[in-house]
Amino acid sequence: MADPIRWARYRWQRLISAEGGEGSSSSSNSNNKCYQSSKPLGKHRIVIPCLGHFKEEYEKVSKLYMNNKIRTTKYTLLNFLPRNLFEQFHRVANLYFLFLVVLNWVPLVEAFQKEITMLPLVAVLTIIAVKDGLEDYSRYKMDKQINNLVTKVYSRKEKKYIDKRWKNVNVGDFIRLSRNEIIPADMVLLYSTDLDGICYIETAGLDGETNLKQRQVVRGYSEQASEIDPENFSSRIECESPNDDLNRFRGFVEHSNKDRVGLSKENLLLRGCTVRNTEAVVGIVVYAGHETKAMLNNSGPHYKRSKLERKVNSDILWCVLLLILMCLTGAIGHGMWLSRYSEIPFFNIPEPGGKLIPPALAGFNMFWTMIILLQVLIPVSLYVSIEIVKLGQIYLIQNDIDFYHEKTDSTIQCRALNIAEDLGQIQYIFSDKTGTLTENKMVFRRCSIAGQEYCHEENAKRLESYQEVDSEDEASADHQCGSSNDHQCGSSTHVSKCQGHNCTPVNEPLKRKSLNQLLRREDGTGDDSHPGHVAFSSPIETDVVPDTQLLEKFSQFSSDSYQQPEEASSKFSWETMYITDFFLALAICNTVVVSVPNQPRQKMRLASLGRMPIKSLEEIRQMFQRLSVRRQSSSPLPSMKESSSSSSESPTSFVSKLSLFRAKLASPALDGTAQRAADPHHTDSPEHPQVPQAGGVWTLAAGGEHSCVASPQASPPTPRLCYEAESPDEAALVHAARAYKCVLQSRTPEQVTVDLAGLGSLTFQLLHILPFDSLRKRMSVVVRHPLSNSVVVYTKGADSVMMDLLRTAPEGGVNHSEIEQKIKERTQKHLDAYARRGLRTLCIAKKVMSDAEYAEWLNHHFLAETSIDNREALLLESAMRLETGLTLLGATGIEDRLQEGVPDTIQALRRAGVKIWMLTGDKRETAVNIAFACKLLEPDDRIFTLKSESRDACALVMSKILEDIQKNNTAQKSPSQHLGNVCASPSTQAPGFSAGLVIDGRTLEHVLHDSLQNIFLELTEKCRAVVCCQATPLQKSLLVRLVRSKLQAMTLAVGDGANDVSMIQVADIGVGISGQEGMQAVMASDFAISQFRHLRKLLLVHGHWCSTRLTNMVLYYFYKNVAYVNLLFWYQFFCGFSGTSMTDYWILILFNLLFTSVPPILYGVLDKDVPAEILLQLPQLYMISQKSGAYLPSAFWITLLDAFYQSLVCFFVPCFTYYGSDIDILSFGNPINTAALFTILFHLLIECKSLTWIHAAATLGSILLYFVFTLGFGTVCNTHSSPPNPYWVMEKQMADPIFYLVCLLTTCVALLPRYLLRVLQGTLFPSAVLRAKHFDSLSPQERRAASKKWRGDWTGNCRVEFQATSRSSSSAPGVVSEEESTASILPTSEPPFQACSRGQLLTKPSG
Amino acid sequence: MKSKTSFLPQGEARPSRCPDNTAFKQQRLPAWKPRLNIATVLSSFFLSGAFCLSVGVCLILSANSVREIQIDYSAQCSECSKLRENSSNWNKECTCSANFTLEEGIPGDVFMYYGLQNFYQNHRRFMMSRSDAQLLGQNAKIPKNCAPFATYRNGTPMAPCGAIANSMFNDTIELFYNSNSSAIPVPLLKTGNCWWTDKNVKFRNPESYNLSSAFAGTARPPYWQKPVYSLDEEDERNNGYLNEDFIIWMRVSAFPMFRNLYRRVRRVRQFADGLPAGNYTFSISYNFPVTKFKGRKHVILSTVVWSGGSSPFLGIAYVVTGSAATLTGFVITAIHLKLRKKKTYFQK
Repeated sequence: MADPIRWARYRWQRLISAEGGEGSSSSSNSNNKCYQSSKPLGKHRIVIPCLGHFKEEYEKVSKLYMNNKIRTTKYTLLNFLPRNLFEQFHRVANLYFLFLVVLNWVPLVEAFQKEITMLPLVAVLTIIAVKDGLEDYSRYKMDKQINNLVTKVYSRKEKKYIDKRWKNVNVGDFIRLSRNEIIPADMVLLYSTDLDGICYIETAGLDGETNLKQRQVVRGYSEQASEIDPENFSSRIECESPNDDLNRFRGFVEHSNKDRVGLSKENLLLRGCTVRNTEAVVGIVVYAGHETKAMLNNSGPHYKRSKLERKVNSDILWCVLLLILMCLTGAIGHGMWLSRYSEIPFFNIPEPGGKLIPPALAGFNMFWTMIILLQVLIPVSLYVSIEIVKLGQIYLIQNDIDFYHEKTDSTIQCRALNIAEDLGQIQYIFSDKTGTLTENKMVFRRCSIAGQEYCHEENAKRLESYQEVDSEDEASADHQCGSSNDHQCGSSTHVSKCQGHNCTPVNEPLKRKSLNQLLRREDGTGDDSHPGHVAFSSPIETDVVPDTQLLEKFSQFSSDSYQQPEEASSKFSWETMYITDFFLALAICNTVVVSVPNQPRQKMRLASLGRMPIKSLEEIRQMFQRLSVRRQSSSPLPSMKESSSSSSESPTSFVSKLSLFRAKLASPALDGTAQRAADPHHTDSPEHPQVPQAGGVWTLAAGGEHSCVASPQASPPTPRLCYEAESPDEAALVHAARAYKCVLQSRTPEQVTVDLAGLGSLTFQLLHILPFDSLRKRMSVVVRHPLSNSVVVYTKGADSVMMDLLRTAPEGGVNHSEIEQKIKERTQKHLDAYARRGLRTLCIAKKVMSDAEYAEWLNHHFLAETSIDNREALLLESAMRLETGLTLLGATGIEDRLQEGVPDTIQALRRAGVKIWMLTGDKRETAVNIAFACKLLEPDDRIFTLKSESRDACALVMSKILEDIQKNNTAQKSPSQHLGNVCASPSTQAPGFSAGLVIDGRTLEHVLHDSLQNIFLELTEKCRAVVCCQATPLQKSLLVRLVRSKLQAMTLAVGDGANDVSMIQVADIGVGISGQEGMQAVMASDFAISQFRHLRKLLLVHGHWCSTRLTNMVLYYFYKNVAYVNLLFWYQFFCGFSGTSMTDYWILILFNLLFTSVPPILYGVLDKDVPAEILLQLPQLYMISQKSGAYLPSAFWITLLDAFYQSLVCFFVPCFTYYGSDIDILSFGNPINTAALFTILFHLLIECKSLTWIHAAATLGSILLYFVFTLGFGTVCNTHSSPPNPYWVMEKQMADPIFYLVCLLTTCVALLPRYLLRVLQGTLFPSAVLRAKHFDSLSPQERRAASKKWRGDWTGNCRVEFQATSRSSSSAPGVVSEEESTASILPTSEPPFQACSRGQLLTKPSG
Repeated sequence: MKSKTSFLPQGEARPSRCPDNTAFKQQRLPAWKPRLNIATVLSSFFLSGAFCLSVGVCLILSANSVREIQIDYSAQCSECSKLRENSSNWNKECTCSANFTLEEGIPGDVFMYYGLQNFYQNHRRFMMSRSDAQLLGQNAKIPKNCAPFATYRNGTPMAPCGAIANSMFNDTIELFYNSNSSAIPVPLLKTGNCWWTDKNVKFRNPESYNLSSAFAGTARPPYWQKPVYSLDEEDERNNGYLNEDFIIWMRVSAFPMFRNLYRRVRRVRQFADGLPAGNYTFSISYNFPVTKFKGRKHVILSTVVWSGGSSPFLGIAYVVTGSAATLTGFVITAIHLKLRKKKTYFQK
C-alpha cells in the first residue's frame, strides 16, 4: 500500500512547514497529548476563508493548521518494527532478556547457543507485536473509512459546493451539510435553513446523549434570508487555540468593518455530531482533524496498573535476588572446584592462548554464564500470560448475561483491560446518588404554590400502580433475555387501543384512568425496546394526574385576572396569579426542545408560526395590551372578552373542560364549545394535520375531540408533543405544567409558545436564557410577557441559593411583604418536608423588570458575552446581577425513584466488607433519606451530622464524635463479652454499634484541609456509612483521592453523570453507569454498567474470581519457574559448576514457552473456586480476596519452598538412581525433564478448583505435545542440534522400564506434600472458600440452614451484621423524618451534630 | 423516540447486544471438582502406598540378583600411572595386571565396564568441544566447534577433533581366566556395545576407497597414540569414527563418576554359561593418566537385569515412599476417628 509512504511524505512536509513558519501548530505526531502541549500561534487562532480577497493571508495562516485527515494509529508500515520494539523495550523484563541475549554473545560467558537465547525474547516480542499490530490495523481501517467519507465543500474554482473527502477538508473551508449528515470538523455555524438560525444536532456520536442540542447561527448572520454566499464572506474569525473542553468555545467574528460578534459554544458544530431536523446548514471550519474537540477528547483506552501487578513486580525482585544468590553459589563453586586442580585437567579447556585462568576470574565469568543458564527464574512469560489471562477474564465478564439490561439493550463494557482483578479487592465504594442509586426518572410528585401545598394524591396512586407493573415487568425481563417483550407489547397495544376508544365515553374515571395507564405503558415499553429513545419520556415521567384543588384554582385564571396584577386586593386573584406564573415558569424556564413524533421538529414550529389567524389574534391582543399597560387599573377591554373568554364565564368553561377531561359523558358546556369554535387556534390546532390517523377518533363529537387535544392524557391517538430535555427534572416539570394545560408548544431561540388553556397560545419573546450551572445552582429565562408586555425573569433553582435571592423589601407595600414573608416561611417548611421524603426540590421565582433596568443589565451582559478572556467570570457576575430581588412563587418536589435492587446490592456489598460512601450534590435531607431507603443507613444507626462553619469548630466536633463512638464501643463490648461472644478481630466494620456520618459541602471544605484529614479519616473508619451532600465534583474527587492515598485502600467510584467524571478518574476503578445523563461518565470509566445492581455480581463474583484466578496463576508461575530452573542448578553440583545443562537447549527453552504455558493460562481464565450463586449468597467470601491484598507474602514463600522441594525431588530421585551408571547426560536429563513436566502439570490439577474438559484437554495436549516433540526431535536432529544432541534419546528411554518407574516415583513424591496439605486443609481446617464450595452439594433447604449457620459463625460476634440481616425493615423514611426535623430545626449555635436517639435501641435486639 | 427512528432506515433491526447464553461464556461448564472426602483421601493414600511397596520390593529383588565385581586398578598400577604423569613418555608402553577370584561363577551375559572417578566429562566447555558434522563424515577438513583441539598450528585439522575425542580413554583391558596354571583369555566382544543409532546414523567415516586415504590430510589428536583409522585394524567396520570404544566415549556421561561399557563376554566354550568360578587376571595396558585430576580407574564385571544395574536406590525409594504413604493413611484415619464427633464439613 502506498498509504504509509504518503504518510511519511506528508509528515515530512508538515515538519518542514513547521520549521519555516513561526514555530507553529502540528508537531506531526499523532499523539494527542502532543497537540495539547504545543502552542500554535500563541493563544489564538485566526481562521480565514480560502477566497479571493484573502488568498494570500489564507496561504500564510491557514496552511499552518492541520487538515481534517486523522490518524489514530500509532504505527506505519515503515516505523512499525522500530517503534514497536522501542516501546516494548520500555519494559524492564524485556530489557532483562535483551541483556541476556547480549551476554550470550560474549564468548567467555556464553551458556547456550546464541540463537536459542533469543527465542523467548523473540517469542514474547512477537506475540505482543502481533497484538499491537492487529489493534493498530483495525484502527487504520477505521481511519481510512472515516477519512474517505464525503462531504460538500465550497470550491472557489467551481463556485459551488462540491463533494470532497473528509481528509481534504481544511480550516477555513465552507461546508454545507444536509439533514442527518455527520459533521466532519469543528465549524462555526453561519447559516441554517431554519428561519431562526437554529440547527439541531445530536451528539450521540460524541457523548452518547440522544437528546437534541440547539446550535445557533452566529449573530448577524441569522437575519439573512438567503443562504450565505461564501464569496461574499469577508470576515475573519479569531478563536482560541484547540483544546479539549467540549463545553467551551470562545472567539469572535470580525467583520470587514471591524465590528466584532462574540462566538460561544452555541455557534460551534462539533465533529462527530449529526445534524438533525434542519434542512441544511453552512459553516466554516475552525478546527480540523486532530485539533477538533472530539479528537482531543478521544484519549483512547487508558491503562491503570493493578495492585497485583505492583506486587508481582516486587516479588520479581525477590526472584532476582534468588537468581543472584544461585549464580553466586555457582561462581564460588566453580572457583573452588578449579582451585582443586594444580594444573589444567584435560576436561577443562584452557583459554585460546593456552593460559590458565585464575579460579577467581573463572568464577566471575561463571557468574554470568549462570545468569544466562538460570534466566528462566525471572518469569518473562508471566507478563505475557498475565496479559492474555486478563483479556480472557474481560471477555468472560463482558459475556456475562447477568449484566445485560434489556431495556437499554446494553451490557457491561470493560474499557480498561488490565485491572479486572482489582475488582476483587475493593474496600471503598464512592457512589453518586442521582442516576446511580436512583433511576434518574424524575416524577413530579408535589408542589407548593404561594405557600399552599398540593399533594397530588391521585398522582401518587398512579405511581404506585406503576411500580407494581414496573417491577413485574423488570423481573420478567431479567429472567428471559430474549425480546419476547416486544411481542407481548405489540399485541396488547393493539387490544388496549381498541379498548381505549370504546371506553372513552364510559363514565368511570378510575377505571378509565387505569386503562389509560395501561395504554401509555405499552407505548412506553414499545419505545423502550428500541435503543436510543428520546430521553426522559417514559410514561411514568410524562403522565401527571393533576391535583383537583389546584386545577380548580388554576382554572379561575383568565386574562382579566392578569390585567389587575399587584393592585388586586382580593387574595383569590393574586393566588391565581401566582399559580399562573408558577406554571408559566415551569413551562418556560428550561431548555426543552419540542417536537412531534414522526415529524421533523422544525416543521412543527413552522406550522405554528404559519398560523395566520393566531398571529393576527396575537397582534390584536398585544395592541390592546399596550393600551392597557398604561392604565392598569382600568377594566379590561371588551374585545379581549370576546376574543378569549370573559372573566365571569371562564370558570364555568373551565369546569366544563375539566368534566370533559375526566370523561364524564356530560356534553361540554355550550358556551365553551362555542368559544373554542370561535378560537381558530383550537380548530386548526397544529398537531392535527400531522396526526397519523388512528381510526375512529375523529368520528367522536366535536366537543370530545377538542377535549382530546386539550388534555393529552385522555386521548391516546393524539400526537404527543415530545419534550427533549437536557435534564430529567426539566422534562418532569414541563410535563407537570402540561397536565395543568399549560402546554409548551414550541421553542425557538427567539420565542416560546405556551398553550394556556384559558387563553390559547401565548407567545413569549425570549430575551435571554441564563443556563443552569452547578455554581449558581439555578437557571433563568428572561422573557417579554405578551400580556403585560413587561420583562419578566423566571428563575428556578435549588432552595439553598434561591432563598437568599428573594427580595427583602418589596415595593409593593407592607401588606405584600408580609404575605411574601409568610409564603417564604411556609414554602421553606414544605421544602423541608419534601426533602425528608427524598424528593428533589426546586424553587420557582420570578421578577418583573422595567425596560430601563433590563436595558442597563443588557449592556453589561453584552460586554461580558463578547469578551474572550475571563468570560465565564463576567457572565457569572452578570447572571448574579439579574437574579436578585426575586419573588418566590412556589416549590416543586420531584421524586427520583431508587433503581431496582439497590438496597440488596448495598447490603450485600456491605456484608462483603466494603464501605460505601454516598457523594451527592443534593441537599442533606434528600441525601439522608435516599441513604435510608437504599439501606446505606439502617434505622438503628446513630447518625452524626457534621455541619460547621469554621475549621476549628469542625475539628472540635469531630474529636467529640470520635470520643462518643469510642465510649459507646467500650460500653457495648462488655455485654457482648458477657454473652460469650468473642469478637475475633475488632475490625473497623464491626464495632459494637454502627454510626453513620453525614457531611455537607461547606463542611467538606474544612474537612478536606490538610490539618483535619487525619482525624476525619479516623472518624470515617469508625462509621459504617458516610453521606456527603452538596458536594461539588471537585470535592468528590478530592475525597476519593484522600481515602486512596491516606488509607492505602482500594477505591471504586461509581457515577453516571459528568459531575462524577473526576471522581471516576481518580479512583482505582471507575465505574460508569450508562444511564440517562449521557456518556461522559462512561467515557471516563474503566467499567461501564447499566444498573447499579450489576455492581454486586461484578464485585462479588467476577471480582473474586478474577482476583483469585490471577493471584493463583501468578503464584503458580513463580512456582513453575523456580521449580524448573532449580533442576539445572542442582546439576551444577555434579558438573563442576560449569554451567552444563542436562537437557537439550531447545527442550529447555520450549518447556516454558510451549509445554507448560497453556494450562496455567486456562487456569487463570477459567478456574472457579466457588460457584457464582454461592458467592452471591455469601458476600462475606469477598473479604478473603479483599483482605489478602493481592496475595500474602507467606503464600509466595510457601510456593517457593514447595518449588524447591519439588525440584530437589525431581532432580535427586533420578540422580541417585543413575549415579555411577553408564548413563549419558541427555538420557539422564530426559527422565528429570519428563518428571518435572508431570509434576508441574499435575501440581496445577491439584491447585485447580474446578476441572472442565478444557482443562483436561489442555493438560493432555501439553503432555502429548511434549512427547511428540521430544520423540520427533529425537529422530531428526542428528547433526544440526547443539553438540550433545538428543538423537534417539527419548526413543531409547521410552523402551526402558526404569524411565517410567523413575518418572512415576518422582512425580508422586514431589506432589505428596502439596496433596497432603490440601487434604489436611480440606479436612481439618477447611478454609472459608472450601466450606462455601461444599454448599454446592447441599439441597436447597440444607443450604439455607447452612447459610444461616455460616452467617452466624462469621458474624455472630459482630452484632451489627446480624441485625442487618435479621431486621430488614424498609419503613425507614417515615421514622427518620421525625428525627431529621428536629435536626433541621436546631439553631446553628447548638452542637452541630445530632446523635440519633435510636442508638439506644441497639442494646435490646441481639438475640 | 419515534421521531428518531423515523430517520433511520426502517426494518433495520439492530442485533441485540445480549451475550450468548452458552455454558462456556456464562462459565457454567460442567466441572469435575475433586472433593477430598475421607473415602477418596484414604483410598488414594493406601492404594498408592501398596503400589509403591510392591514395586519397591520387585526392584530390590531384581537389583539383588545382579552380580558385580569392581576392581580399582589405578592403585594397583601405580608405577604406570607415575610414568604417565610425565607426558613426554606418551609412547612408552606400560602394562600391569590385577587379579581377582570368583567364588561362584557369574551366570548369563557378563558385561565389562571401565569406570572413571572424578572425571568431569560433563564440563560444559569440554562437552561442547566436538564436531558432530565431522563424525558424520562431512567436512572432515574444516572442523567446527572443536576449539582448542581443531587444528594444529600448521593448519592440519585433527580427526577426530575436539576435547572429548582427544581425551579418549585408551587403556586396553584384557581378561584372563587362570585355570590349571594356564591363562585362558576370555573371549570378549568389541562390537554391539553401543547404541545402534550411534553406530549406524550418528557416526560415519568419510567416503573413500580405504580408511587411511579417507583421513588423509588430517592428523590424530595430540593425546592419541594411533591415528583414528587404526583404532581397530582387525575389523574394518569397527575402525575410524565407527570404532565402538570411540563412539561410547563420545557419548558424554552424566556424572563425574561413571562407567562405560567396554566389552561383553562372548559366550563360547567354557564361558557359554557366563564366567565360571575361579581366578582371573585383568591385563591392562595403562595409557590413560588420571593422577592429574585425582581420578581413579576401575574395571567392572557385571550382569544386567531389566531394572538396570546393581543400584538398589530406586527400589528403596519406592519402599520408603510406599510406607510413608501408608503411614500417612493411618494417621489420617486416626485423625478422622478422633474428630468424627466434631462436625466438620469434611465428613459429609
